[in-house]
Parts: sequence; C-alpha cells; structure tokens
Amino acid sequence: MSRPEPKRAAADLPAGLDAPVFAEPWQAEAFAMVVALHDRGLFSWGEWAQALSAEVKKPGAAADGHDYYEHWLAALEGLLASKGLAARQDVDAMAHAWERAAHATPHGKPILLENDPEFGPAR
Amino acid sequence: MSHDHDHDNELDPFAARVRALETILTRKGLIDPAAIDVIVDTYETKIGPRNGARVVAKAWHDPDFADWLRRDATAAIESLSYTGRQGEHMQAVFNTEDTHNLVVCTLCSCYPWSVLGLPPVWYKAPPYRSRAVIDPRGVLEEFGLTLPAETKIRVWDSTAELRYLVVPLRPEGTDGWSEEQLAELVSRDAMIGTARAGQPA
Repeated sequence: MSRPEPKRAAADLPAGLDAPVFAEPWQAEAFAMVVALHDRGLFSWGEWAQALSAEVKKPGAAADGHDYYEHWLAALEGLLASKGLAARQDVDAMAHAWERAAHATPHGKPILLENDPEFGPAR
Repeated sequence: MSHDHDHDNELDPFAARVRALETILTRKGLIDPAAIDVIVDTYETKIGPRNGARVVAKAWHDPDFADWLRRDATAAIESLSYTGRQGEHMQAVFNTEDTHNLVVCTLCSCYPWSVLGLPPVWYKAPPYRSRAVIDPRGVLEEFGLTLPAETKIRVWDSTAELRYLVVPLRPEGTDGWSEEQLAELVSRDAMIGTARAGQPA
C-alpha cells in the first residue's frame, strides 16, 4: 500500500506494543496447532479459553505481553497432558531429542530429528 | 548468514517444545504439518482487519445491512464469507453521539478473528486487560482518544462464545462515498474502540 493511510496506530503507547502478531516462527506454529486440534474436535473453544486464561492469570505475566505465546504453549501442553494426548514426560524427552539434533546439525543445514545422536526408531 | 554463531544450530527451549509437540501429534495422526502451514499463512496474510472494515463500510452504506448487523451480526458477517472458526457468535456494537463502545477480553484474549485477524500485542497484555474495565476513559486517552465528558463509555468483555465488533461513527463529509472508499477510513483500532474512524483527507 503506497497511498497515505488515514488510519492511525496507537501512537501514544510505548514503542513495540504494536509489533507483528508473531515474533518468532514457533509462536505461529503453536497458534496453528491449537486451531488445528480444535478443528478436529479434540477440545472445545471454551475449554481452550479456560486453559489459556489460567496461564495468563498466573503472577509474573509480563506487562508488555511479550510472553503471551509462552503462556499459550503452556496452556496447550497442559490441555494435551490432561486429555492424555501428549504426556509431559514424552514432550520433555522429544524436546531434548530436538535440542540434541539441533546441536549435531551443521550450520546452514535443516535440523532433522534423525540428526539426534541418540536417535532411534520412531516409537 | 546472520546467526550469532557458526558451528552448530541452537533451538531455544520454546521452539524445541513446539517441535516436540508437532512430532508427537503428527505421529499420532492428530495433526498434519501441511495443514499447520496453511493455518499460519491464512492468519498471517489473508485474515485481517480489512475484513472488518468491509463489514463496517457496508453497514454505513446500506441501512438494511446495518439493521441486519444490529439484529444478527453472526449471520450478517457470514453473508460476506467471514466465518468464525470457533463457532463463536458475533455482536456488533454501534457507536452513537452519546455512547462510545470499547472491547476487551479480561479473561484471556478472545477477539473476533474472522473480521479483525489476530489481536495486537497490547490487547493481549495485562495492563489493557485489567485497565480497560476499571478506567476506560484513561485508557482511551493513552490511545490519543479524548472523549467529551458527557459521552458514555460502554465496555464489552469478550468470551470464547461471544465476540464484539465496534461499528464506529461514520465520519462527516463522506456522503456519496463508495463502500471501498469508506472501508479505507476504518482502522483495526476503530473496530476495537480505541480510535475513531479516520477523517476524509
């Protein structure tokens, strides 16, 4: 859009408060997973709102909202664990496998789970 | 390459956990990675406040549509093919000379995605969520919107089931404008209630 825009952003708020909706790719993926799982009927949107609300209400939430998707992810993990869809210990183990895979992947190459030195056949 | 080191790769803990969830859920057949990409693309590029601006402009332009929007916003908005994914109901709240409407979600971050896209960061942050209800006039002033003391402010608290769209006052001097021209005056913030519609240049 090149023409001058008549609309005005919230100019009086501190800089950075009007940032793009996703700051990092994992935030977009975490967002989309919730939408996809809801589409499959694995939880109602009310259940999701309740789970998210419980996370964002915890003390220590940042006033600038930068940790919003961290709460989003915690809510998703909690909901999946409570429904028996992804147990906490399995997520922990898989996350460590991904971290090892990242370390073992030469710079510039895509990170694949198979690059994890402890990689075994898919469970 | 713009990475801060050059020997190996690093996943931050959140990225690693998201990948872990994707792996586990994909192996169980509960998600399809290609579908995840489509959802991200849709929300990043296709759904946004231009949708809501078209709804507002149509309501300004077409009294019958405005009446429908007032009575049954869910159906009126769906008639423009903007459909909510969460089965939520929509309510349109019309600003008048006497009353200004402001939308918040004190619970978490419920927001009319189908017409406004995803919420701005400040909408999801604790200060707005707590203060919009307690001190709406003060919050609006921080957005640069000072309302006359006699204007009432009505705050609408969104839920998972019911989301609100503010229909701002149509600016003066726009008689005879087309819907497309009118839509250009309608910002995201005007449809949340933290701004007025733009003025004709």
